[in-house]
Formats: sequence, structure tokens, C-alpha cells
Amino acid sequence: MSDAAHTEMWEKLNLDISAHDGLLEVLGKFYGDIYLSQENRLKGMEYLDFVLSEVHGLRIKELQDAKATGKKIIGTFCVFVPEELTLAANAVHVGLCSGADAGTDEAEKLVPRNTCALIKSFIGFKLARLCPFTESCDLVVGETTCDGKKKAYEAFGKLVPMHVMEVPQTKTDDAKQLFKSEVLRYKAALEELTGVEITVENLRKSIAIVNEKRKALQRLSRLRAADPAPISGRDALLINQVSFYDDPVRFTQSINTLCDQIEERIAQGEGVVPSGTKRLLLSGCPMAVPNWKLPYVMESSNAVIVGEESCIGSRNIRDLVDESGDCMDEMLDALVDRYMKIDCACFTPNDERMVNVENMVSELKADGVVHYALSFCQPYAHEAIKLQNVLSEKGIPMLSVETGYSMEDVEQLKTRVEAFVEMLD
Amino acid sequence: MFAGIDIGSRSTELVLQKEGTVIHRAQLPTTFSPLEQCRKLLEGYSPECLVATGYGRELVKTLGLPYRVEAITEIKAHALGAHALFPDARTVLDIGGQDTKAISLNPKGGVLRFEMNDRCAAGTGKFLEYTANVFQISIEEFGAYALKGSNPPVINSMCTVFAETEATSLMAQGALPEDIALALHTSVVRRTSTMLKRVGLAFPLVFSGGVANNACIRKLLQEDCGEQGILCVAEEPDMCGAYGASLWAERCCS
Repeated sequence: MSDAAHTEMWEKLNLDISAHDGLLEVLGKFYGDIYLSQENRLKGMEYLDFVLSEVHGLRIKELQDAKATGKKIIGTFCVFVPEELTLAANAVHVGLCSGADAGTDEAEKLVPRNTCALIKSFIGFKLARLCPFTESCDLVVGETTCDGKKKAYEAFGKLVPMHVMEVPQTKTDDAKQLFKSEVLRYKAALEELTGVEITVENLRKSIAIVNEKRKALQRLSRLRAADPAPISGRDALLINQVSFYDDPVRFTQSINTLCDQIEERIAQGEGVVPSGTKRLLLSGCPMAVPNWKLPYVMESSNAVIVGEESCIGSRNIRDLVDESGDCMDEMLDALVDRYMKIDCACFTPNDERMVNVENMVSELKADGVVHYALSFCQPYAHEAIKLQNVLSEKGIPMLSVETGYSMEDVEQLKTRVEAFVEMLD
Repeated sequence: MFAGIDIGSRSTELVLQKEGTVIHRAQLPTTFSPLEQCRKLLEGYSPECLVATGYGRELVKTLGLPYRVEAITEIKAHALGAHALFPDARTVLDIGGQDTKAISLNPKGGVLRFEMNDRCAAGTGKFLEYTANVFQISIEEFGAYALKGSNPPVINSMCTVFAETEATSLMAQGALPEDIALALHTSVVRRTSTMLKRVGLAFPLVFSGGVANNACIRKLLQEDCGEQGILCVAEEPDMCGAYGASLWAERCCS
């Protein structure tokens, strides 16, 4: 696709062209510094480099082409929105990234200043007219995971067509019933928007597609248990990030190809870092594109990240939907069961997350945990304290980090992370 | 001979030692050209190995020195220094120019856990330096001046700029300047005490960094720890980080 064709498409989407050019330039430089500078990278990452370089280009073109055939585009912010239903309704499911500071001044007119960077980012991107994904959406689906988001959606709903799903705060039977009614309400909203009836057949097919995607990511996650680490944490994070907006079937195929290469590499005893490099588990808040600051700092501190205990990571891929159901009600129950296993900090008491972190530490042979909470994210900040206590009883070292998207604290972060890695010796 | 250099936000220290015995110590302000200051400090010395620490630790590698240069964080350097000076030490408190660190140590001197202040100057040497300005006295005299206070009001603000405003308002209300100075010192110790508790304060506690030269902070910290709490302050507390780095230099070569 030529530059002119890109620009024409962005103009049609009413983007602020000069500001958007500026954003792509910064993003390109950032990507070059953090990604392309890596040594011993896997050949299969070229696919991811290409997808990212065309994130606002060819992928958006694909969305426009899909729209031209009558398909609808659904934008989401959270792993609680069942992609299976979206695909069954013959719609396209994309995650809206919100991983960079943009339009912050404008966003702060709609939400309080002490709101997390992720929320400010999705509002800022909309107000500054910088995100072609948001502008392509026929419906944006929010969810009531935290107070910040649910209140922000009230304001955001005035800017885009919006559907908000209620995510319960506990995992009681009543809570599961509530979530089931919300799944049904989302199904009805999709059917009305797309004019496509969600049937046992199309839902069965889409459950299989999404399960296959999660299986490919699970395979990748398992391979990272090898020492030396066969893939950098940055690359693995990027793969998880791309899983939210790439075509699911194409993505699954590419990741399985990449995993084949990783298996070869492991068989040869090769890795991206020398054997014995300190292995860290990154745990906590989601890291949306291009929020790569902390992973970069960690992997520049004589350490390698071996897992992401995060929504953009294990929380999104750990559980599959049971495919044995053969009527609509059983299939929907299977969906509800799967989604209600997500160990998001918005739940109380959420003790299963503590167990899941511990399991990841042992399965991935991590030497320590770096817990990441976005500044002003209350649920994860609370759980950082809880997790520190749980892990310290088990003798697992943990560093708690609170930060946002700005680069002002990179040096301070470096000192903390380096000191933590030194401590693991 | 092994060297350690600690490039902090305010001052840079050099220590040369062999088998723990200090041969040379020197200090210069870091200024706007830290590399130039490092060069000055190192001139005429050729240690077997130099270990740099502090926020400028990576910078020294760019000097092209004709001997081995490594870098460690100030957390590790202070832990090494404190353990060597006081082998029983179980906690280290370092208050420097822009960082405050609380480090808990295992019996062998290894770091168990650490906390650092957030990215602002609250509770650091910079806080004292900035607020000393209100009284138009130098940072060196500020501790002795505050010790003259007896009835400190409460300073609520953690923010350096707001604390200065608060001090100015207290003066306008007629509070004695010595009392306000004491109150500012108390606020630093209060903040520090929270950090120490978070890492699990155990004694003996080693107090290092430039602020350990301040007699008022030392007195208030001792009061905060109680009579049972053993507080150790090195002869030259600002040299602890550089000393720890120099010990690491020796270990690197053996």
C-alpha cells in the first residue's frame, strides 16, 4: 500500500493527519530502539515486525474492506468480552490498544487527573483523532472491571457507539448468573447490529478458532520454560499484543510456525541470552501497544522475561472454552465458565491469582517476580501488597513497581530493577 | 589497589582500598559535568579495577580508562559497604542527595529487600537543602540550627515545594524558626521511618549517605528507633557507597 493510499484512508477516517504522522514516527523510532536492536531474534518475528509496521496501514485497510462487504467492526478494551460471540456474528473483533500518552490534556477534561494512563489513553486517542481502529468501529464494548473504566465509559459513550457489559466483582453462583445474562445481552446486541443470527454451528466454529489461537499462545508460553530462554520477553509480549487485533486464523498459523522454530532452537540448546541469565516473571496490569518501557528496562538489566502474568499474557490464554456442548445453552454456559475463571484484580477475594502466579514461577523457572501496577490502578496496587506477602512466605523475591507511560522515571526504574536482579545472585 | 566511585546527584566520591584498608578518599561536587569530575578524582591513580555506582554509574565506562571498569547499583554498593564496616548490620538507611534507600540485609550482608523513595525529592538531602534556604543558612549548619528548636509544629506536606510554603506560613504565624527547622527534620525522619518499616527494620541499623552527617537527623532517628535500637554511623558516611563499590572491584578480580 502506498503512502498516498494510506493517507487517503486515514483522511476518510477523519484522523488528524499531521499529528498521526508524528505518532507513527515516534512509534517507529521506539520500535527500532526496543525491538529491531535485539540480537539472536527468531526469523518468525519478521511476521510480527511486518504486522506492527502496518498496524495503522494494511490492517486498517483489511478492516475497511471487511466493512465494505457488510461486516461490522467491534472494538474492545478487556479480555472479558467474548471474542467467540463476535466472530460467530461474522464481525471483526479488535482490541483498542491505549498504550501511549496521547491527547492527555483533552482527556483530563472528561476524567479526573488521577486516572490511570490506560484510560486517559483511549479517551485521548479518540479526542485527538489518532486511532484508526477506534474510528473504524461500529461498536465499542466496555466492561465494568474497575471504577475508573466504568465511569470513563459514561463519557466515552458520548463519543462512540458503546455497549457496556457488567462484569461481576465476585465469583459466586449469582455472579455467574449475572455474567451469563450479560453474555446473552451482548449476543443480542451483536445480532441486532450485524443482522446475523448466532447459531450452534457458527458459535461452535468460532469457539474452535479462538481456542486454537489460545492453544498456540499456550504452546509459546510453555516453550519459554527452556533455559536459555529461546525468545525475549519483549517479543513474546508483542505477540500477545498483536493477538488482540490481527486476523485470528492467520495469527494462529504464524505463531505455530514461530513455535516450530523455537523448538528447533531449544533442541540445539540455543537462546536469546546465555544460559543462567536471571529469569523474571512480569506480573500485574495489562501492557498495551506500545507500552514496552518496563520490559525494555528489565531486559536491559542482565535479565530475561519468561512470562507475562497479565491480561496481555496468561489471563487471556490460560483457559479454553469447553467444546463438548451441543446446544446453545450449554455452549453459552461453557463460555461463561471460561470467562469467569479470569483472575482479574477487580474480583474479590481473587486468591486464585496468587496461586496462578506461584504456578507460573515454578513452571517457567523464574528467579523472581516484577509486579507492575499502573499508577492510580487501585485493584492491582492492592494485590501488589498481597502478592508480596504471599511470595515472601514461599521465598520468591518480588519487586513492586508503579509507573505510567511517561519516560521521566526510566532511570529510577533502571536502578530498582538492576538492584533487584543483583539481589537474585 | 581497587577503586569505587559513587556518582550521586549532588556529590561524587572516590575510595581506593586494598583488602578493606582504605588508601585514599576524595569527594567533589557532581556538577553539570560529572565525567569531568570523575576524571579529576581518578587522575594519577591506576587501580586494578574500578567499580562505579550511583546514578552516573554507566557514564564512567565511556571514559576509556586503561583498567577494568564495572558498574553496580547503589543498593548493592551500600549493602556491601555497610556490611564491611558493621558486620552485624541487618538494615541500611542511605539518605543521599535525591534518593533515600532502605535495605534489609541477611546475616551474610546480602540484600533481602529494598525500598526507594518515589521519583521526587521528598525526604532526601535535597529536601533539607531546599528548605534550609528558607532560613538563609547552609545545609552544613542546618542540623545544628534545628537542634536548638524545642517545640516543633507539625509539617504535613511531603512535597518539598509545599513544605517550603508551609514553613513560610508557619513563620508568618509567629512560630520560632528553630522550631520550624526541627519540624522539617522531623518530617524527613517520619517519612524514612515508614520506609524502614516496609523493608522490616531490624538492628543494628547503619545510617549512611550525606544526610547522616546531620546531627539533628541522627538524634531524631535514634529517638524513633528507641533506646534498644542500635544505630551505626560510619566515620565518613557519604563514602559508604564508594567503599562498597571498591570492595566489589576487589571481588571482581579475585
